[in-house]
Amino acid sequence: MSDFSWSGAIAQATELLLAVLLAPLLAGWVNQCRAWLQNRTGPGVLRPYLVLRKLVGKDAMIADGASPLFRVTPYVLFGCMCMAAAIVPTLGTDLPYAPVADAIALVGILALARVAMALAAMDIGTAFGSLGARREMMVGFLAEPALLMVLFTASLISQTTSLATVVDTLSHKELAIYPSLAFAGVAFTMVSLAENARIPIDNPATHLELTMIHEAMVLEYSGRHLALIEWAASLKLFVYSCIGIALFFPFGISGGGEALGLVLALPALVAKLAVGGCLLAAIEIVSAKLRIFRAPEFLGTAFMLAVLALLVHALLES
Amino acid sequence: MFSSLGVVLAIAVAWLAIGALGLVRPRNLGWVARVLFPLGAVLGFALAAVALGAIAEPPTAAVAPLGLPDLPFHFRLDALSAFFLLLLGAIAGGVSLFAAGYIRPGEGTPPGLQCLWYHVFLAAMAFVLVADDAYGFMVAWESMALASFFLVTSDHRIAEIRRAGYLYLLVAHIGAIAILLCFGVLQGGTDDYTFAAMRSVKLAPFWATVGFLLALFGFGAKAGILPLHVWLPEAHPAAPSPVSALMSAVMLKTAVYGMLRVTFDLLHTQVWWWGVLALAVGLATALFGVVFSAVQSDMKRLLAYSSIENIGFIVVGFGLAVTFAAYAMPALAALALTATLYHCLNHAYFKSLLFLATGSVLHATRQRALGKLGGLIHRMPWVAWLALVGALATAGLPPLNGFVSEWLLLQAFLFTPALPNAYLNMLIPVAAAAVVLAAALSGYVMVKFYGVVFLGRPREERLAEAHDAGIWERVALVWLAVGCVALGILPVQLVRLIDFVTGPLIGKTLSEAAARSHWLVLAPIDPERASYSPFLLLAGIAVVTALAWLAVRQFYHGRIRRAPPWDCGYPLLNARMQDTAEGFGQPVRQVFAPFFREERELPSPFDAAPRYRVKIEDPVWYWCYVPIAAIVEKLTGLVTVLQRGRISIYLIYSFGTLLVLLFLVR
Repeated sequence: MSDFSWSGAIAQATELLLAVLLAPLLAGWVNQCRAWLQNRTGPGVLRPYLVLRKLVGKDAMIADGASPLFRVTPYVLFGCMCMAAAIVPTLGTDLPYAPVADAIALVGILALARVAMALAAMDIGTAFGSLGARREMMVGFLAEPALLMVLFTASLISQTTSLATVVDTLSHKELAIYPSLAFAGVAFTMVSLAENARIPIDNPATHLELTMIHEAMVLEYSGRHLALIEWAASLKLFVYSCIGIALFFPFGISGGGEALGLVLALPALVAKLAVGGCLLAAIEIVSAKLRIFRAPEFLGTAFMLAVLALLVHALLES
Repeated sequence: MFSSLGVVLAIAVAWLAIGALGLVRPRNLGWVARVLFPLGAVLGFALAAVALGAIAEPPTAAVAPLGLPDLPFHFRLDALSAFFLLLLGAIAGGVSLFAAGYIRPGEGTPPGLQCLWYHVFLAAMAFVLVADDAYGFMVAWESMALASFFLVTSDHRIAEIRRAGYLYLLVAHIGAIAILLCFGVLQGGTDDYTFAAMRSVKLAPFWATVGFLLALFGFGAKAGILPLHVWLPEAHPAAPSPVSALMSAVMLKTAVYGMLRVTFDLLHTQVWWWGVLALAVGLATALFGVVFSAVQSDMKRLLAYSSIENIGFIVVGFGLAVTFAAYAMPALAALALTATLYHCLNHAYFKSLLFLATGSVLHATRQRALGKLGGLIHRMPWVAWLALVGALATAGLPPLNGFVSEWLLLQAFLFTPALPNAYLNMLIPVAAAAVVLAAALSGYVMVKFYGVVFLGRPREERLAEAHDAGIWERVALVWLAVGCVALGILPVQLVRLIDFVTGPLIGKTLSEAAARSHWLVLAPIDPERASYSPFLLLAGIAVVTALAWLAVRQFYHGRIRRAPPWDCGYPLLNARMQDTAEGFGQPVRQVFAPFFREERELPSPFDAAPRYRVKIEDPVWYWCYVPIAAIVEKLTGLVTVLQRGRISIYLIYSFGTLLVLLFLVR
């Protein structure tokens, strides 16, 4: 375990708070960009915060047959996503909490959140709940290996699975071009789209129950539970964006613990997230939602690209 | 002062005695279930405690004054035996407690006889683990197979169960023949069948390879690697639940013990392609097992296929360890072997927990088909919540135990680029992709298993009468669930224990790296390289979860309202609209269609009484077993040419034989 330092602790706390507070803003920004690209006015970037406030204030409606599992899950989901956000380096790499979980454990935490959500969706025993759970788990078992292979590629390049060290290594190497990371980057983008319930796998704005995945699972939730789930979902988007930034565009993330580096890293992070959000909206605008049974092809392609990245690394770069 | 080995043998003999006592009053449930089984459980926990102490001790050996003349039984207790004895004792203790509450009279074999076979089974497994010569090992191995055969066929009045038992016995004996041949090869012409002699023999590479392949086949038949897995999905559902739990959790591990014993202890050198072969077989087994478990609709068959998957993971780790050892990379071999042993213990805990939970469900509902269960979390809260721990552990999720061994295994995979073989260091990381796919699928399987059985609404009206497990069963389930959590959040302590095992086998341990890291942080090679601290992770998740809960309560309100499920406003919701097991497995059936041999009958849309039938079969039967059976049948057909059923012809045969013999002996 790296030595404890106050600056590290402060960086860790700042990073976690920033993630929790900024995540809805990122979701709002993506929605706003999408609206602009569709020639709509859009709801404004602050809309997610207002929605959260409204939801928290309402009574929670709970279906008759719900077990305690149903009520606990939103909190567990939120806790998992916060921990995931805590171990992904966004501002600096001197994070005291980083040795707790490496890249493999990060994938494990995300899987835990997914399984918890799927179980909660099956808890009431509605047709749409179990439909959503089944589809979510299908997307999960296809996307998880691809994500892990992407992380493996980065790990093999930097000889470590600790995310902080990966970022340190990648950002401090002289500007070498890794063909493997290009493949991994495309694979990662496809996985992120699927995991965050975005077009072309899922549509966050859909009103058709039969095409839903994520929305079908949360149909029975309301009030503060729904607020937490929405917040966790936006945190997930934030975490995925930050993983992408950390692996593929780590420049600007502060290596040491000095305050100046952290302060300078913040505008860089915001700029990268803003661009990333725009790109996400653009991808969603130009693609159509796939039929659910085309999803395995889409994610299989991502998996193959990730495996190809590993092979390319073994062939060309070692 | 008693030696640990003496205590272990005494416990095994005491198990035999308990079994015999079961015959005193075989139909008296109070005697068998409330006295003998708890006594057996106490012995199990005692065995675990002794084995825990013995892991750190130097090996001890003894010769028993039993056996054939000039062929006494040799026993030896070393760290590898002690580790597996720990597994046996800890699991047997829990399962015996469960059985104390589970056994009912009136189904097939009387309780006293079941008690006999059960304890003979336990004792035989203990003897397998401490045997130090081929003769004693085979006697114990065969007693184990026979005792478990009689346990599997407890309900012998049902034809299907008899068939499952026969298949099990057949595969067990094919495996036993291979193991016997393996020992014959290993003794290397010295005619001395003690393990001590085998250790000192230097075999030629060819014979070493033959020995390894025979061991992989023979022990693989017991462990259930592809294509010898066919007995597992038949035998597990047939057996009573405590027996399924023991077989899956402990008996499969004795096969792993055998592989490790032969490969790392009895054989001197390892060849790299042995490891690659084991790796390939393990990967195929893991993927095959998990894909099939996703489409099962019988609780225990689902779990049996999931056991096949886990054995696949264990064999993958074993293969990696052999490869690393063959290339003289002991630190990495120790890492892979640690992952293997860790997974053995993990699988023992979570799979026995799940099998026992299905036993409780089975007794409460008389139903094994997933499609007729549901909503049991309301009726059976103890079983449901404890089974949740087992299901999450099986799914390989942090911070429970299944994830730790998976993590260690993946770390071992990440080191394969260091192998001095250009093809291997390229291909093996890709094999990691298959491991990860299987692991992700096991999450799918567990959501299906848990969601369909315990969540949702009851699919049958009778389920409303289901009752929760009794006190004995609850204590056993709590013990196993606590094990899953403890092994999950305190990995460093267990890895230090496993170091005593890997040290003598490989010559290297993980301790040196671990010593430099914190006692809560698992860092197998180097803290800079990779680290994982499930305890702090769990603490982090718990703190944030609690903070979120408090914050919502503090600043807003905790009001809830109960209402009927919304389901997008559909008013006529009923329990049949939930996903069935078949429905939940459908995506896997579609994505992995080439794996299955599927027969489907769909009704026409205008059918007044529609019937939908789908039958999914194991293709291995048709690729492997059916052709073999056809060949055997043809050969026997040739033999029947001789058998005409006329006495004069038989007399001619005798006469001819006599002539030939006279000619030869002359």
